Amino acid sequence: MSTQADALTIDDIPGARIKPKLGRDDWLMRGFIAMIAIYLVVALALPLYAMLSKAFSTYSYDLTQFEFQVSDDQGVFDGKILSAKALNDALKIYSESDLSAGSGGRLAVTKLFPKFSFRSPKLYRVRGTSDKAVYLIGSERHSGREWVELDSNKFRRVVLRPVPSTGLSNFSTYFSTPALVNSIKNSLLISAISTIITVTLAFAFAYSLNRSCMRFKGMFRLIAMAPILVPSLLPGIALVYLFGNQGMLKSFMLGESIYGPIGIVIGSVFFTFPHAMLIISTALAISDARLYEAAVSLRASSWKTFWTVTIPGARYGLISAAFVVFNLVITDFGLPKVIGGQFNMLAVDIYKQVIGQQNFEMGAVVSVVLLVPAMFAFGIDRVVQRKQVALLTSRSVVYQPTPNGRFDRLSFAYCTLVAIFIVGILGVCQYAALVKFWPYDLSLSLKNYAFDLMDGGGWDAYRNSIKMAGLVAFFGTVVVFVGAYMVEKTQGFKYGRSLFQFLAMLPMAIPGMVLGLAYIFFFNNPDNPLNFIYGTMAILVLCTVTHFYTVSHLTAVTALKQMDNEFESVNSSLKQPFYKLFMRVSVPVSLPAILDISIYLFVNAMTTVSAVVFLYSSGTALAAIAVLNMDDAGDVAPAAAMGMMIFYTNAGARIVHLVISKFVLKRTQGWRAR
Amino acid sequence: MNFIKKLVLGAATAALLSSTALSAELTVYTAVEAEDLKRYAAEFNKDHPDIKINWVRDSTGIVTAKLLAEKDNPQADVVWGLAATSLLLMKAEGMLEAYAPKGVELLDKKFVDKSTPPTWTGMDAWVASVCYNTVEAKKAGLTPPKSWKDLLQAQYKGHLIMPNPNSSGTGFLDVSSWLQIFGEKAGWEYMDGLHENIARYTHSGSKPCKLAAAGEIPIGISFAFRGAKSKAAGAPIEIIVPSEGVGWDMEATAIIAGTDDLDAAKTLVDWTVTKKANEMYNTGYAVVAYPGVAKPVKFFPENLTEKMIDNDFEFAANNRGAILKEWQKRYDGKSDPK
Amino acid sequence: MEILWGNTVVNPFLKIDNLWKAFGNFLALKEISLEIYEGEFVCFLGPSGCGKTTLLRAIAGLDLQTSGSVEQAGTDISNLPPAERDFGIVFQSYALFPNLSIEKNIAYGLENSGMAKPAIKARVAELLELVGLPDQGRKFPAQLSGGQQQRIALARAIAMEPGLLLLDEPLSALDAKVRVHLRHEIKELQRKLGVTTVMVTHDQEEGLSMADRIVVMNHGVIEQVGTPTEIYRDPKTLFVADFIGEMNQIEGVAGSSSFAKIGDIKLSCQPHEFAAGENVTVTIRPEDIIPHGVGVRSSDAKSTIAEPDNTLDMKIASMEFLGSFWRAELSGEKLGAAHLNANFSINAMRRMELEVGRELKVELPSSRLKAFARAS
Repeated sequence: MSTQADALTIDDIPGARIKPKLGRDDWLMRGFIAMIAIYLVVALALPLYAMLSKAFSTYSYDLTQFEFQVSDDQGVFDGKILSAKALNDALKIYSESDLSAGSGGRLAVTKLFPKFSFRSPKLYRVRGTSDKAVYLIGSERHSGREWVELDSNKFRRVVLRPVPSTGLSNFSTYFSTPALVNSIKNSLLISAISTIITVTLAFAFAYSLNRSCMRFKGMFRLIAMAPILVPSLLPGIALVYLFGNQGMLKSFMLGESIYGPIGIVIGSVFFTFPHAMLIISTALAISDARLYEAAVSLRASSWKTFWTVTIPGARYGLISAAFVVFNLVITDFGLPKVIGGQFNMLAVDIYKQVIGQQNFEMGAVVSVVLLVPAMFAFGIDRVVQRKQVALLTSRSVVYQPTPNGRFDRLSFAYCTLVAIFIVGILGVCQYAALVKFWPYDLSLSLKNYAFDLMDGGGWDAYRNSIKMAGLVAFFGTVVVFVGAYMVEKTQGFKYGRSLFQFLAMLPMAIPGMVLGLAYIFFFNNPDNPLNFIYGTMAILVLCTVTHFYTVSHLTAVTALKQMDNEFESVNSSLKQPFYKLFMRVSVPVSLPAILDISIYLFVNAMTTVSAVVFLYSSGTALAAIAVLNMDDAGDVAPAAAMGMMIFYTNAGARIVHLVISKFVLKRTQGWRAR
Repeated sequence: MNFIKKLVLGAATAALLSSTALSAELTVYTAVEAEDLKRYAAEFNKDHPDIKINWVRDSTGIVTAKLLAEKDNPQADVVWGLAATSLLLMKAEGMLEAYAPKGVELLDKKFVDKSTPPTWTGMDAWVASVCYNTVEAKKAGLTPPKSWKDLLQAQYKGHLIMPNPNSSGTGFLDVSSWLQIFGEKAGWEYMDGLHENIARYTHSGSKPCKLAAAGEIPIGISFAFRGAKSKAAGAPIEIIVPSEGVGWDMEATAIIAGTDDLDAAKTLVDWTVTKKANEMYNTGYAVVAYPGVAKPVKFFPENLTEKMIDNDFEFAANNRGAILKEWQKRYDGKSDPK
Repeated sequence: MEILWGNTVVNPFLKIDNLWKAFGNFLALKEISLEIYEGEFVCFLGPSGCGKTTLLRAIAGLDLQTSGSVEQAGTDISNLPPAERDFGIVFQSYALFPNLSIEKNIAYGLENSGMAKPAIKARVAELLELVGLPDQGRKFPAQLSGGQQQRIALARAIAMEPGLLLLDEPLSALDAKVRVHLRHEIKELQRKLGVTTVMVTHDQEEGLSMADRIVVMNHGVIEQVGTPTEIYRDPKTLFVADFIGEMNQIEGVAGSSSFAKIGDIKLSCQPHEFAAGENVTVTIRPEDIIPHGVGVRSSDAKSTIAEPDNTLDMKIASMEFLGSFWRAELSGEKLGAAHLNANFSINAMRRMELEVGRELKVELPSSRLKAFARAS
C-alpha cells in the first residue's frame, strides 16, 4: 500500500499468467479474422510477392552452355570443340549488357564467327552442354546435348535462347533505357501539374459551395460528382472530339496538339475533380465559425481572414486532396492511353511492355518503379488524414455563410463555368456517340451502339460489367464489413489484427496496373491451386474487390467506431453469440454505411480499367475495357457510346441506391428520429 | 475452367466411350475482327455441328501476350487467325502441335510453315497500305504519295500517323518490311526521316486508318483490309500501295500442344485449310492461302498482290526483340509528339 | 478466509486473490485481494485511472487479469470468457441497442434461453414494472431520457437473474438531480432483489450513500476497504482521508505516541507509531472543529505550548456561505502559514456572531485529529 509500487514492472508480477479459456465465440471470431486475413494474403500479398520476384527474374544468354565445331572446306571435322564463351571472350563481340535479355530474346550465333559466310562449303555442328540450353534453327526449337550438324546456310539461322536467373539486370536495363526512364519524369510532371490545377479549381468550387449563399448548390454538387461515374478515359475521348484535328473547338488549341501532355492534364483534372472537391469540401465544412467571428471582431480584412483562417483551417484537406489527386493521376492508365499520343507515362509503359512486347519482366520492373511514388503519396495522405480526423472530433461551431451579393454572384459564375466543363465533356461524348460518321455525316443514328460488330466484346461486355459490378458490390461489401467488424470489435489476437489493418490499407497504395499484373504472375502459375479461377469472372471480382478494399474498409471502420464499444460486452454478459449481435444490431445500425460501400464498389467496378485490363478473357470482357479497345481500334464513336452507357448505368445505380437507402432507412432506422 | 472442363470431358468420355456422336468444345484464340467471328463459326458448324467453338478474341498483341503468359498452362486448344509472326514465337517456345492438316498440300507454299510436319498453316494475307483521306488532304494542300519514300517529303510533316511497332503487329510489319526493302542501314535512315513527319504513333494497327477515315489525320499507315472497310463505310479515303512494295503478315492457324481434345482440334484445323474456308476468308481479304480462290474484294487496291514483298518471317521473328529495342531507342525516347 | 455470523460459516461469494494486471509495461492493478459476500453492495471508489474499472472488467472477464484468481460462488472463473460467467452489466453509456425497441432490448438475453414467448413477454413486463417504466416497451431507446435509458439497461442486466450485477459508472452521464434520484432507486432495487452488486464510481457521495462497503483504490492498489462510515470516520491512509470528504491537512512533526506539533503548537491526537520528530501530516475534518465562542486575545498567546485541551486561538480570515452551513477559513499566528477550514452551523454563527476578522477559540478534538506520514 505504498506508492513505491510504481517502480514495479511487468516482470515483478507473481504467479502464473492467466491463459484465457477461449469460448466458442472466440474461436469463431478468430476463424473469421483468419479467413479474411487469408483472403487478403492470397488476393494481395502473394500476388505482389510474385510480381516482385518477377521483376528480379532475369534472362541472359549463358554462353558456357553452347558448343560448336567447324569443319574445313571439305566438310571434315577435326574434332576441335569451340565453346561460345571462349569465342566471345576472344573476340569481345557481345558485351555484358548484350547478354542480358527478355524472356523472348534471341542471340545470333554467326557473329561469333567473323569469317562466316553462308555460301561457304563449311559444315557446322552445334550442341548444348546441358539439357536446359535451348537454341533455334530458324524457328525450330532444339535443346539437348546431341551434336546437330548444319550446312552454313542453315547455320546462319541458328539463334540462342536465354536462360532464366535472378538479379538486378532488369533494373539496370530499365535505367539505361532513356525511353523508359523518361516516363518517370513525365509521370511525375503531369501528376504534379494536374494536382496543382485540380486542387486549385476544386478548392474554389468547394469554397463557393460552403461559403457563399448562391443558388442551385445541390445541383452544382451533383454535377461536380458526375465524373466519378465514368471511366477515366472518357474525358480523353471527349477531348478528341473537342480539340482533335477535326475537333469542334480546334482553334482553341492555337496549333498545339491535344494528343499529349495537354490532353492528359485536362482529362486528369476532369476525372480527379470530384475526389478533390469532396475532400476539400469536408475540410471546409468542419472549420470553426468562432475563428471567423474572432477575425471579424479584430477587423481583419476578408483577404487576410482568408489567408489566416480559411487556408490554415483547410490545410489538411488541401494536402490530402493533393496527394489523392497525385496518386490517381500517376496510376491512371486509361487516359494517357487514349489521349497521350507519344507522351509516355509509367502506367502506359507497363501496358506496352506486357501487351506490346510480351516482356513481363520489364512490366514488373516498371510496376516496381510506379509503386514508389504511389506508396509515398499514399503514406503522406494517411498521416494527414489522421490529423484531419483529430480536427474533426474537436468541438467547433459550424460556419453559416451570410449573403454577400458580389461574392455570391462570382461564386455562381465560377461554379457555372465548372459545371459547363463537366456537363460539356459528357455531352460531347453523348453527341459523338449518336453522330453517324464524324465529321463527314453529322446525321444522328444508333449505329455506334451496334457493339457486337466492334472489337471489345460487344453488348456482352456491357452485361458482364453489370454482372461483375453486382458481384463485386455484394461479395465486396460482405467481406469488407465482416473484416472491419472483426478488426474493430474483437479482443486480443493483437498481432493478427494489426497485420490485418496493414493489409487492408495496402490496396490504396497499389496501382491497378500493378495489381492486375501481379495477378497474372500469381494466378496464372500452373502450380497455384487457385489457377482455375484464371480467366473467369471470379478473378475479376477478386481483383476489383481487392483494388477498392481500402476506402470501403475505412468507411466500414468509421461506421463501426461510432457504435458503442460496450455492445459486445453486454452481448456476452447476456450469453449471446457474437453473430446474433452482428446480425441484429451491428448490421442494421450500420446499414447506411453498408449501402455506401456497395454503391462505391459498384460504381468503381463499372469504371475500372487498369486492374482488370490484364485479366479479362473473351467470356468476361468488360464495358470499360471495351471503351479502351474500341478506341484503340479507332472506333472512337462506339467507344464514346459505351462510355456513356457506363455513365447512365452508374447514374441509375446511384438513383436506385438513393431510393433503397430512403426506403430501408425508413424501415430500419426509425429509431434514429427522436 | 480448364479444370472443370477436364472433369466434365473425362466423365463424358468414360460414359460415351463407344459412341461416335461425341460433341466437343474447343477454346479458340483469335485476333480475327469481331464482326467476322460469328460468320466463321457458323460456316464451320454447318459442316461440323458437333464441335462448339468458344472464341477468345482480342487484338494481336494481347492474344500473343496471353498465349505466351499461359505457356506452361495453356488454356487454348486451337489458334485460328493470329499473325504468323506471333505463331513463330510460340513455335520457338515449343507450344505448337506439329500437324499437317488434310489438304495442306493444296495451299500456296508461302502460307505453310517450313517444318515437316508444319506447326501452322496460313489463312490469308494481311497487307500494309496507306490510307489517304482525300478531303482532309485537299484542305491541307497535300498531293497523294506514291511510294514510301514520298512520305519523307516536307509537305506531309505532321499529317502522318503510324502504329507503334512495340504494341501493334501492323506497326512491326511495316518496320520489318522497310528493313527488308531498304536493307538494315537504309531502313533505319528511312525511319529516321519518317519520324520527323509522324504526328504520333498509335497503339493499334487499325487505328491510323480509322483516324484517316474520320479525318483526324490525312494519312494513316495501316493495312489494306481496314482501309477497304472504312471506304465501304463511306469514308472519303483512298488506299495507296507504295511502289517499293508492302509488308504483310498472314493470319494463321495452329493447334496448341497439350490440347484436351486433339481430334476435335484436328477436325477444326482440317476445315480451316479447305477451299470453302478460304472462300470465306476472301470476303475480307484479297489474298488467301488457297490458290485460285481469291476474287477481287471491293475497294481493295488491285495491284496489291504483286506489291507484297517476299516476306522473311523468320527474320522478323528472330530479330523482333532487337528491332523493337532499336526502334524504341531511336523514336520512343523523344517525348515530344510534334 | 471465512467469517462467522452467529454460528454459521459464510463463504465469500466473490473472492479475488492476488490479482495483477499489466497493459504493456504499465501495471494497472497490483496485488489486489478482496472478498465480497452474497447480497452485498460494494463500491469501487477512486480517481480516474486508479484501476477500478480495470478490476471490474477483470471480474466480468472482459479484460482478463495478467495473474491472480477470481472465484465466484465457489468456482474458479479466472480464465473464463464473459459468456461463461454469471453476471449482468450496466455501463455509463447505457449501451442499449439503438435499433431494438425497449422490449426487445430487455428480452435480448432471454430469447434463446429456452424460455417460451409468452413467458418472455411476461418477464419483460415485470421488469419494466420493476424499473418503473411500465408503458414504454414499444419505444426506441432514443425516445427515452437518459435516466429512463439507464433503468432499461438495468432491467436488461437483471433480466436473466444473474448472480452478480456489475455497474460501471452507471450514473455519471446523468444530470445531477436525476443522478440522486436514480441512486436511491438502484439501491432499493438491489435490496429488493438481493443481488450481489459491484459498482464502479469516482463520485464519493455516490459511494458513501449507496454502498454497504467501499473499496477505495489509487494507482492500482486498494487503499482501504470498509463501510462508508469506517472509511469516512477512520481513513487508513492520507489518500483516503483526502479523497473522501474534505480534510484539513497541516504539515507537522510527530511528537511522542499521541502527540503532534503544528508550527509552535503541540496537540494531542490519535495514537500513532511515528518516532518523535518525524515529518507528518496532521488531519482533521472541517466539521470536527468545534468553535468555543469569541475569546479575548489571551495574555499567554505567545506561549509555545498549546493548551492541553487542544484549543487554539484563531482568526476568521474569510467566510463562505454554503447553504446548510458556513465555511470559515481560520488562521492563527501559532499555526504559521497553515490555514484551517472549519464548517460552522448557521446556528453557531448566529449565536456567536461570527464574522470575518473575528478572533475565536476553536477546539480540535484529539479523537478526530490524526497524523499520517507526510507525502513526499
